Amino acid sequence: MKIPTYKTEQLKCWNKAKEIRNDFYKNYANAHENGGLRWAGGAWSFGAIPAGLGDDIYPITGEPYGASIAFDKELSLRCLEAVEKRGYARDLCSYMRNYWGSVILDEYAFGGKFPKPDFIWQDHICCSHAKWYQVASELEGGIPTFCIDVAVGPYTEVTDNRIEYVVNQMHDGIEWLEKTTGRKYDDEKLIEAVHNECRSTSVWAEICELNKAVPAPLDEKSMFSLYVLGTLEKHSKKVADFYEELLDEVKYRVENQIAAVKHERCRLMSDTQPPWGFLKVFRYLEKFGAVSVGSLYTFGLIGVWEVKEDGSWGPRTTPKQKGIKIENRDQALRILTDWNLSKPEWQHFYSPHLKSDMMTRIAKEWKLNGIMLHYNRGCEGLSIGIAENRLALIDEGYPVMTFEGNMGDEREFDEAQTGSRIDSFMETLGLEMIE
Amino acid sequence: MVDQFRDWEQNRHTYAKAWKEKTGGKVVGYFCTYVPEEILYAANILPVRILGGHEPQDVSEAHIFGMFCPFCRDCLAQGLKGKYDYLDGIMIAQSCLHIRQAYTSWIKHIPLDFQYYLPMPNNVQSPHAVTFLTGELKAFKAALEKWLGKEIGNEDIHAGIKLMNESRRLMHQLYEYKKKENPLISGEETMEIAISQQLVDKKEHIQVLIQLLEKLKTGSGAKNTGTRLMLLGSENDDIQFVQMVESVDGTIVIEDHCIGTRYFWNNVEEVSSDPLSLIAKRYVERPACPSKDWMDRSRVDHIIKLAKDYDVKGAIVIQQKFCDPHELDIPAITKELNNAGIKTLFLEFDVTVPIGQFKIRVEAFLEMLQEEDLFV
Repeated sequence: MKIPTYKTEQLKCWNKAKEIRNDFYKNYANAHENGGLRWAGGAWSFGAIPAGLGDDIYPITGEPYGASIAFDKELSLRCLEAVEKRGYARDLCSYMRNYWGSVILDEYAFGGKFPKPDFIWQDHICCSHAKWYQVASELEGGIPTFCIDVAVGPYTEVTDNRIEYVVNQMHDGIEWLEKTTGRKYDDEKLIEAVHNECRSTSVWAEICELNKAVPAPLDEKSMFSLYVLGTLEKHSKKVADFYEELLDEVKYRVENQIAAVKHERCRLMSDTQPPWGFLKVFRYLEKFGAVSVGSLYTFGLIGVWEVKEDGSWGPRTTPKQKGIKIENRDQALRILTDWNLSKPEWQHFYSPHLKSDMMTRIAKEWKLNGIMLHYNRGCEGLSIGIAENRLALIDEGYPVMTFEGNMGDEREFDEAQTGSRIDSFMETLGLEMIE
Repeated sequence: MVDQFRDWEQNRHTYAKAWKEKTGGKVVGYFCTYVPEEILYAANILPVRILGGHEPQDVSEAHIFGMFCPFCRDCLAQGLKGKYDYLDGIMIAQSCLHIRQAYTSWIKHIPLDFQYYLPMPNNVQSPHAVTFLTGELKAFKAALEKWLGKEIGNEDIHAGIKLMNESRRLMHQLYEYKKKENPLISGEETMEIAISQQLVDKKEHIQVLIQLLEKLKTGSGAKNTGTRLMLLGSENDDIQFVQMVESVDGTIVIEDHCIGTRYFWNNVEEVSSDPLSLIAKRYVERPACPSKDWMDRSRVDHIIKLAKDYDVKGAIVIQQKFCDPHELDIPAITKELNNAGIKTLFLEFDVTVPIGQFKIRVEAFLEMLQEEDLFV
């Protein structure tokens, strides 16, 4: 097989992404210094809603925080063991256990003591979501907590009754926020945050869509550091603006055939969160000229998509792009609900077959040669139905490799075995290591 | 005394096939006890809960990743092995992520005429849960009507409510006998009754249960003199385990399982208003599955009250391996039981349980509880 060679260069906005992430954790910790408030909740929680309390409301989202801890193996191990000592099972969500451990040890992964949130603002689609913060609140001696149930079925079957249920909880949530914080709620700030969320999650999808190009302008390992901003503050202007800047840079890379991987000759996708302490497995692929161009996880955890007129997958058209003017709170909440219910990574909670269809679509449109599924013991929510996904992709004729691991508990990842599996997979794809 | 119930439990598939032949009716298999059987009975359908076979199997591995609970994998295995080949339909009410995989694999690999995913709300403590569920029950009723080609009237639904209420009321009567000193009904016998309640036509179950209650009223039956125990935790229909506990001088007088009290504890109000909203209210307010017990922990007070009402000396906390919802509740519940002076033994269950090892642990637990009595 002829080995292609492409131009490659580092992303220009890389450092800016790092800066936004660092500021996020710093701002959360320092929120009280200037009279601001801190809230904790999941990466999927409706962050646009607390934004209506003011510009000095700083969140910490549990999953990316748990992943940050996982990246620090020494701290992670201490966190996990602290949780086990409290009687919690070690097969529970490893992000959650890392987070709880940080609370129990009273150690913030970014220095100092764990900054106690003023309130908890969560949503619930996975069995662990609400319970995560039920326990977190107990560990902290009681924190006011509000949680919105969004498990109302797949978007293909959405009804007024289902939208109404979510929207009604949101309205209650706003009353609760006012009561809990003593602040008056500003609907204009909510409307702005909803627009920003739609913009950031649609633009992220557009960035991922550009990876259909050969060579791929982005590799998944780099995308992990970029999509994460949407898991921190998808409703913020800062993140939405950054994604627009990134979009321009990725467009430039496509136009100029700037590749993420110099010798790209094999295109793969992964699935579920990676084992965060072992991202080097993605670099190992590059030695064979293989690039993971993304996954339903990196594309659809925060990215919001729609089927375009030509039948292909692309970014969902935002309300603003459709010329919709959001006039009031209720309309903003309805748009926020509808937008989020269409999120790709929410669909498989009801049916792995919906996920298999999306994965097959990615495999075709992103021109893949094979698929690596991470059977992730750390996350029941994203591993649900993964065995059925494997069967469906094999039925579609794609070579599929699986490897077991854990996104946030390094004790459950076997690096040597995964390396051997990759070697075998590359061999079946007819790829030898490039000297 | 419970021969008929035992026969039903052991020969569940033979029973269902015979029921179909006798009545010409349809049978719907269901996962999770949040399924509103009232509506199925209103449509003259026999609801049958899908349960595991408690035998090692090798057919579900390709369909459900091994980090999910053995119960969901065992349930799917029963379907893949053709044990439920008489079903006309299959449905689930939304509960944990584990069991829904048995459903989603089932509908792909064992397709049936009717399939339904009922999005039972998780936020049962929200003031909007009943309204939401009422809307979903309307949609479910409409789907059933479309499948059956006939309307299900309000009077049919009221009849379904009445039947289910009667079945649940009689179970309460049975459990009253378990409050007594040296109860005349054992934990194993109770479990046979509770499992069969989810398998056979409620009309038949009611008749036999009435006869049993008559016998108990007269005081007939062997006394169970063992140490009074509570069982709680994940789904549990492991009769062999309960038999073992009772063979070493324990008596299970109460449990908090979805086979048993969580299934029958509360009734639908029988008043003349919209029956679907009454059913919705019942399911929202029933003793919660841990996957729905948030933000307040309603299960803790309920379990402590059960333990006190039934005068238990100890509690065996069981958990299906990998059962996240229970794993998230067990530390809090264990702590409160211990604070209330009730000692606990934790055991992790799989499709089959290591009965010898568990026997040693249960014996040690009972010895510990009995010693306490000795020195009081």
